[in-house]
Amino acid sequence: MGMAIDVSVPGGMVLALLPELLLVGWMLVLLLAVAWRHKDEGDQQLAGQLALVGLVSTLLVVLWMWLRDAHAESLVGMIALDGFRYATSAIFLIGAILVVMLSLGYLGRESILTPEYYVLVLLATVGMLFMSSGADLIVIFLGLELMSVSIYVLAGIDRRSAFSAEAAVKYFLLGAFASGFFLYGVALLYGATGTTNLTQMHLQITSLGLETNLMLLCGIGLLLIGFGFKVAAVPFHMWAPDVYDGAPTPITAFMAAAVKAAAFAALIRVLLHALVASDVVWTEIVFWLSAITMIVGNLVALAQTQLKRMLAYSSIGHAGYILAAVASGSEEGAKAFVFYVLVYTLMTLGAFGVLAAIGRRGERDVRVDDLSGLGSRRPWMALAMTVFMLSLLGFPGTAGFIGKWLVLSSVVQADQVILAVLLVLASVVSAGYYLPVVMAMYMRPAAAEDSHSGAQLTGAARWVVGVAAVLLLLLGVWPNRAMDVAADGAEGLRPAPTRVFTD
Amino acid sequence: MLREYAPLLLLVGIVIVSAVAMIGLSHAIQTRRPTQVKGMPYESGMPALGGTRDRFSVKFYLVAMLFIVFDLEAVFMIPWAVSFRQLGLLGLIEMLVFVLILLVAYIYVWKRGALEWE
Repeated sequence: MGMAIDVSVPGGMVLALLPELLLVGWMLVLLLAVAWRHKDEGDQQLAGQLALVGLVSTLLVVLWMWLRDAHAESLVGMIALDGFRYATSAIFLIGAILVVMLSLGYLGRESILTPEYYVLVLLATVGMLFMSSGADLIVIFLGLELMSVSIYVLAGIDRRSAFSAEAAVKYFLLGAFASGFFLYGVALLYGATGTTNLTQMHLQITSLGLETNLMLLCGIGLLLIGFGFKVAAVPFHMWAPDVYDGAPTPITAFMAAAVKAAAFAALIRVLLHALVASDVVWTEIVFWLSAITMIVGNLVALAQTQLKRMLAYSSIGHAGYILAAVASGSEEGAKAFVFYVLVYTLMTLGAFGVLAAIGRRGERDVRVDDLSGLGSRRPWMALAMTVFMLSLLGFPGTAGFIGKWLVLSSVVQADQVILAVLLVLASVVSAGYYLPVVMAMYMRPAAAEDSHSGAQLTGAARWVVGVAAVLLLLLGVWPNRAMDVAADGAEGLRPAPTRVFTD
Repeated sequence: MLREYAPLLLLVGIVIVSAVAMIGLSHAIQTRRPTQVKGMPYESGMPALGGTRDRFSVKFYLVAMLFIVFDLEAVFMIPWAVSFRQLGLLGLIEMLVFVLILLVAYIYVWKRGALEWE
């Protein structure tokens, strides 16, 4: 049965928002700690460790609520209490934990001394949690803004780097623009249905027959543009390569993995829960978004010589794959999303972790050729990078393959055969830029006697890369448990059919 | 339904026509005698002290931003104070939490030296 929460009383509301409240509390504690201790690298390490404690304790609370099967007593509320929320929240938190672990060594090495970094990571994570738990467009928007504003600052946190500043300004301007589109979409949806609550919106659409109402359709379109910006779907991807390139590498990983995942989680909840009655319309739009995102992302990635830019375009391509799962418009697709996004978080953070270890000064100048000979000089690091590349490619035996297979099966079940064919073709093309990385590491000799002497994974970053690689292999061979969990996470996302709204 | 708005449209039309007519006519029939004083930037009637495109210290922006935060605090507090009785104990607790969060931010800003001018 599980734990039923009555969100209409204050105590119930506190319980329903426990992960978010806990993380906000930790954020405030961290802010106070930073207020007194911000002088040297030791203080910064302390801030990082406090952030880790906060994130891990929040993750435990999320898992506890999931295990107790906490659900709401009433049907309509502003906060969702379902498996999808818990599953996606757990993934964001895992992503944030790995990012903090990567940053512990990175910030010191790049001599970035701003302990506020960790405060902002926690704030961004709070925003993500709200995006997956919001059952009301206003709550989702609040989460979106909280996440975005923190990430704008994080992108420019390296104040001495002109590229970092450029990244922050670009991201801020385009992000603010995208938020405007999103908000206008929300306004039109409210105009059409008279509510911002996702459940009530569905009821209104079905009971009043608004499935193809013009105002509703305009609202859906604007909402999709807003989300398209956030997930960097083509043609709203222009900002992504420059921003990913200029931001500090752990933050790039955070943007490519967790930020994208949060935007997708909110998108899926809105489409599958509130707008499911109009699915004929939006599956068509998402179909095209997915198709061109896969094609453009993968083709442009082929032309990149810098590793960081290549990974940026590859993340655009992956947004296309996830959009394909969204285009299926089913709970099967949501299940594929949950599994894929977990795997994608692990492999993206792992790949950027290795990149951070190889490069210096923001890693902008690391070319794929610079990896030559890594296989003999740093065998373990090269092995981990190989696992990440093969998993990103979707090679059988890695978790990336299972993820793609789940997406494919959801797409085929929805009779979107063209999208399935495109997905397979795009994956084949992606071998053209993932495999050269592996080839450079193993098949070419090191450029100089002392190359890669500085490439070292230290401390917590070693754990991130190691654990991510091992997990990707494990999930690739034994995916069943994780698939069951993902299925549990996607269950009940679509509203129960034909319930007439009486009020 | 839209017909009710017809007078509004008429008003917009008259405004545009009269504005264009006033500026256009005065432009057409005016006499121009530019002097140096007339060409100077207008500073409330005082003699101009310098160019209009001076650069300001970034500290002003910091103060302005901090001001907005505490300005918005008042925006939330006034409606709360007006309906204090209806909101009851729960409202009081919520406002305390809100002020507490702002207080933490205030302490942070203070300790980090953002309130010092130099």
